[in-house]
Amino acid sequence: MIRTSVRASSRVSSRLLVGKSVTVPVTQGIANLFVSGVANNKKLSSFHSGTRFYSDKPQPKLTVENYPNVKRLDSFKKLGKQDLDYFQTVLSQQEILEANENEDLAFYNEDWMRKYRGQSKLVLRPKTTEQVSKILKYCNDQNLAVVPQGGNTGLVGGSVPVFDEIVLSLTQLNKIREFDDVSGILKCDAGVILEAADMYLAERGYIFPMDLGAKGSCHVGGIVATNAGGLRLLRYGSLHGTVLGLEVVLPNGEIVNSMNALRKDNTGYDLKQLFIGSEGTIGVVTGVSILCPTRPNAFNVSFLGVESYEAVQKVFVQAKKELGEILSAFEFMDLKSQNLTKVHLADMDHPLSDDHPFYILIETSGSKKDHDDAKLEAFLENAMEEGLVLDGVVAQDETELKNLWQWREMIPESSQAGGGVYKYDVSLPLKDLYSLVDAANAKLEESGLSSIEDESKPVISAVGYGHVGDGNLHLNVAVRRYTKEVEKCLEPFVYEFVSSKNGSISAEHGLGFQKKNYIGYSKSDQEIKMIKQLKNLYDPNSILNPYKYV
Amino acid sequence: MSSKLRVLVPVKRVVDHAIRPRVNKQLTNVETKNLKFSINPFDDIAVEESVKLRESHPDLVESIHAVSVGPVKAQDVLRTALAKGCDSSTLVEHESTELEPLVISKVLKKLVQEKSVNLVVLGKQAIDDDSNNTGQMLAGLLNWPQATNACKVELLDGGASVRVTKEVDGGEEIIVAKLPMIITTDLRLNTPRYATLPNLMKAKKKPLEKLKLKKDFEGISLDPQLKLLKVEEPPVKSAGIKVSSVDELVSKLKEAKLV
Repeated sequence: MIRTSVRASSRVSSRLLVGKSVTVPVTQGIANLFVSGVANNKKLSSFHSGTRFYSDKPQPKLTVENYPNVKRLDSFKKLGKQDLDYFQTVLSQQEILEANENEDLAFYNEDWMRKYRGQSKLVLRPKTTEQVSKILKYCNDQNLAVVPQGGNTGLVGGSVPVFDEIVLSLTQLNKIREFDDVSGILKCDAGVILEAADMYLAERGYIFPMDLGAKGSCHVGGIVATNAGGLRLLRYGSLHGTVLGLEVVLPNGEIVNSMNALRKDNTGYDLKQLFIGSEGTIGVVTGVSILCPTRPNAFNVSFLGVESYEAVQKVFVQAKKELGEILSAFEFMDLKSQNLTKVHLADMDHPLSDDHPFYILIETSGSKKDHDDAKLEAFLENAMEEGLVLDGVVAQDETELKNLWQWREMIPESSQAGGGVYKYDVSLPLKDLYSLVDAANAKLEESGLSSIEDESKPVISAVGYGHVGDGNLHLNVAVRRYTKEVEKCLEPFVYEFVSSKNGSISAEHGLGFQKKNYIGYSKSDQEIKMIKQLKNLYDPNSILNPYKYV
Repeated sequence: MSSKLRVLVPVKRVVDHAIRPRVNKQLTNVETKNLKFSINPFDDIAVEESVKLRESHPDLVESIHAVSVGPVKAQDVLRTALAKGCDSSTLVEHESTELEPLVISKVLKKLVQEKSVNLVVLGKQAIDDDSNNTGQMLAGLLNWPQATNACKVELLDGGASVRVTKEVDGGEEIIVAKLPMIITTDLRLNTPRYATLPNLMKAKKKPLEKLKLKKDFEGISLDPQLKLLKVEEPPVKSAGIKVSSVDELVSKLKEAKLV
């Protein structure tokens, strides 16, 4: 049987950064035409994790039921008739969604992981920045709490209401404003879907400088507001570097516009940086100007087995040296993560026949295939001869390339398949990156909570994988069921461990609601004080995204 | 009693099957500039099956030889075939024009005779022109038995004959034939392995013979038997509409004279 015949909408669209992918392959028909007669395909069944359905699972508990200590602030006004009347003067009927008997606005009240559920009764979906400005000014004057929301794909409960906050959805503010095909600068509305932006750029030979699993749903504005990381960070750097300018509406309705920013502009404070990663707490991003690189047209993927975490680091150093500018991803995985994934992808053969303590996935992307091939080949041969790499495979065609990525991308889903998963997304100095996984496994075993075979133990295993290139570790604790004991065993242990190694407790997922109490592990008192001062200065009534990390 | 198997696996270099093909501006072919090329997936299966035959019958298979007819870059797919387990290979170089299956069959016939091959395993078709002719034509030229669309291959009588399960409309057909013979491979036959690093390195040292189509196969006419008129994209499917009720659906269907 041949490998998958269906082509996802782009090479990378099926990538899973975390959680589930919501990408839907859009060009299946064409690909099937090309490989005539390619039908039933066992490898395909595990390819995509599907779309989100709201009807097939019981509703999650209300956030307030799970967290009774969080209280609604009395300073916020409750939504009244006159408020609706006002919004109707600003927005058309189609731009206002109200909760009623048949419509509980679950799509806007629940988060993607279905862990949190708010009770908002009103969703506003403006189409222009001016409308956003009017809405915020009114809410600020009237003390109405607001949650800005993009594609709602966050993993820390930051984009959903906790109580009755109004949801300000940027979904309909979704136009590409302009693209300069000489400089590669893209200007677009905040609500443009990441994949749509990337496809628009692909047609013009450019690439969006970041990519993540939820690209089919998440918004350009949302990834900026949360400073999302993802799979191209190693190559193109963080959004703090690629975003050139923003259009932001402040809580009082004022519009800050730096959309015409230049690559070099050394005139005073770089204010846009304040909003990148602010998670909607001091302003609502409505427009983004971002520098896009030209799209590589040659990709290579190699999957390697090595004997230790030390070897992972050595290969990384070699790869940087020998592959240089074409290295575009360097991901590592431990054996436990692959064992879980083998169970989940039961129909697929693992690329390497023998077990190895650690695995590495290397991707190169460049402009000239022959050049990249030669470089990769030389690098891999050296690594083999020096004994750094024990075994490995190199993708010979696009299908193999995608299948190799599957062994990295399907880990999050595989970790969850046994019942549930506790996810920690941390940054650590490279030398200490993997020690957290060892420490977590030791602690869980010491507490008698963990066993791979024994079904009576709640924890299956703690697995580690992540972006070595960025010093970003994903610690996933795969469990059979969620219990308070496991949570107590892991928290704040994980945060304390990370803090003791001078790491960050949130490398790319943000703080949102989930980690709001743990900011102190990564930021000093002085830094937290300044964050609060800024919040008070620009949002004195605290109407924007309340009950979250500030 | 029987001589050992000397297997020939022809492999074609084609635009990677995961890439969406686009018709060129002149409407004469699909656009191939800057696209990724790979081994034809059916040929990949043929390589895999040959290697598996040797793995299950190490004593019966003497050699596996890969051959490709095409541009110099077709070396890449030969390297892949060598890395996956073929012993040696031949590149029959020919740049420029597309070659028809009859030409390829004649080239293969010559190689089969020169290398005293007794089993040819090849993909049932190439995914670029979808001809599904070469295996059959070669069988005709050599006057050998053929088993097309194989989904299972078993050696019998110590390798003297082969039982092949074929995909046919509505089920399977099982045939047994004595060597020498031609087998063309279908999708269900196997799942090709990855090329491992040690094998990729070894593949570089395996023999790659280079021949020129025009010089080394003089008697074969390259003139096309077919004339290509035009290459077109399939018509675009028009967008659907949403209806708000069953009644509306029925009336729309009636309007379109579908019910």
